[in-house]
Amino acid sequence: MIQWLNDAKLHDSMKKLFPILGVLTAILLIYALYQALVVAPTEQTMGDVQRIFYYHVPSAWTAFILLLVNFGASVFYLVTRRSTADIVALVGAEVGVVFLTVNLVTGPIWARPVWGIWWTWDMRLTSTLVLWLIYVSYLFLRRFSSSGETPLLAAALAVLGALCVPFVYFSIWFFRTQHPQPVLGGGGSIDPRMLHVLLINWLAFSCFAFLVCWSRYRLEKLQREVDAAHAMESLLEPRESVR
Amino acid sequence: MSGNPYLLAAYSVTWIIHITYLGTIVRRFSRLKREIADLKGSGVGSKSDMGSYRM
Repeated sequence: MIQWLNDAKLHDSMKKLFPILGVLTAILLIYALYQALVVAPTEQTMGDVQRIFYYHVPSAWTAFILLLVNFGASVFYLVTRRSTADIVALVGAEVGVVFLTVNLVTGPIWARPVWGIWWTWDMRLTSTLVLWLIYVSYLFLRRFSSSGETPLLAAALAVLGALCVPFVYFSIWFFRTQHPQPVLGGGGSIDPRMLHVLLINWLAFSCFAFLVCWSRYRLEKLQREVDAAHAMESLLEPRESVR
Repeated sequence: MSGNPYLLAAYSVTWIIHITYLGTIVRRFSRLKREIADLKGSGVGSKSDMGSYRM
C-alpha cells in the first residue's frame, strides 16, 4: 500500500481524477449539510442544537481513522525506514489534528446550551484534549526539529500517542462520564433517520479528508524534492566558484 | 429548523477551520511553485527528480 503511493500511474490517474472527485465531494458535502439541517428530525429535548452532532461525531470518527493511519505508517517507518511511510504518517497526523480540532470546538458549542457550561473536566473531554495535545506536540516536533533523527523520534511518539486513541474512544465505557453514550455499539440509541444522516455526513467528511490528505501528501513529497534540490544546489555552488 | 445561534456557530467554525487549513496548503503549493521556478532557472531543478514532478 505504502509502495503503491509512489507509483507514477497512480499520480497521473489522481491528477486527472482529482477535479472530478473534488466536485463530487463538494456535492456530497452540500447534500450532507441539507440532510443535517432539513431532513433529519428535530430531537425532542435538545431541539436544533442536537444537529451539531452531525458534524461533531463524524469529525471525531474521521480524526480517529487518520490517527490510526498515522500509527500504521509510523510502525511501517520504524520497520522499513521508507520516506513514503514517514510522509503518510505526517499527513495522517496533520489532517487528523484538524478534524480533532473541529471535534473539540464543536463539543463545547453543543455543551453550552445543553449542559449550561462550555467545558467540564470529564474523562472523555479531558482525554480528547490530551490526545489533541499529544498530536500537536508531534507536529511541533516535526516542524521545529532539524535533527536527522526527527522522523524516527516522531514515529516513536506516534506509536505512544496511538495508545491514547482507544482510551479516548472507550472512556465512556470505562468511566462514569457526562458525555452522551455512543450511538453505535454502546448503551445509546438513535432514530434510524438520524443514523442515516450521521452516516451520510461521515461519508462526506471521509471523502473530503481523503482529498485533503492526497493534496497534503503531494505537497510534502514535492517539498522534500525541492529541499533535495536546494541541497544539491548548495553542493554545486562551491565547485563552480573554484572553477 | 430554526436559526439556532449555537448550531450556526458550530457549522461556521467547522468550515472556517477546514478552509483555513486548505488555505495553508494552497499557500505552500504557491510558494513551492516559485521555488521550483527559481531552481529550474539556476539549472538545479532539472538535475533532480523534482524536474519530472508535475504540479
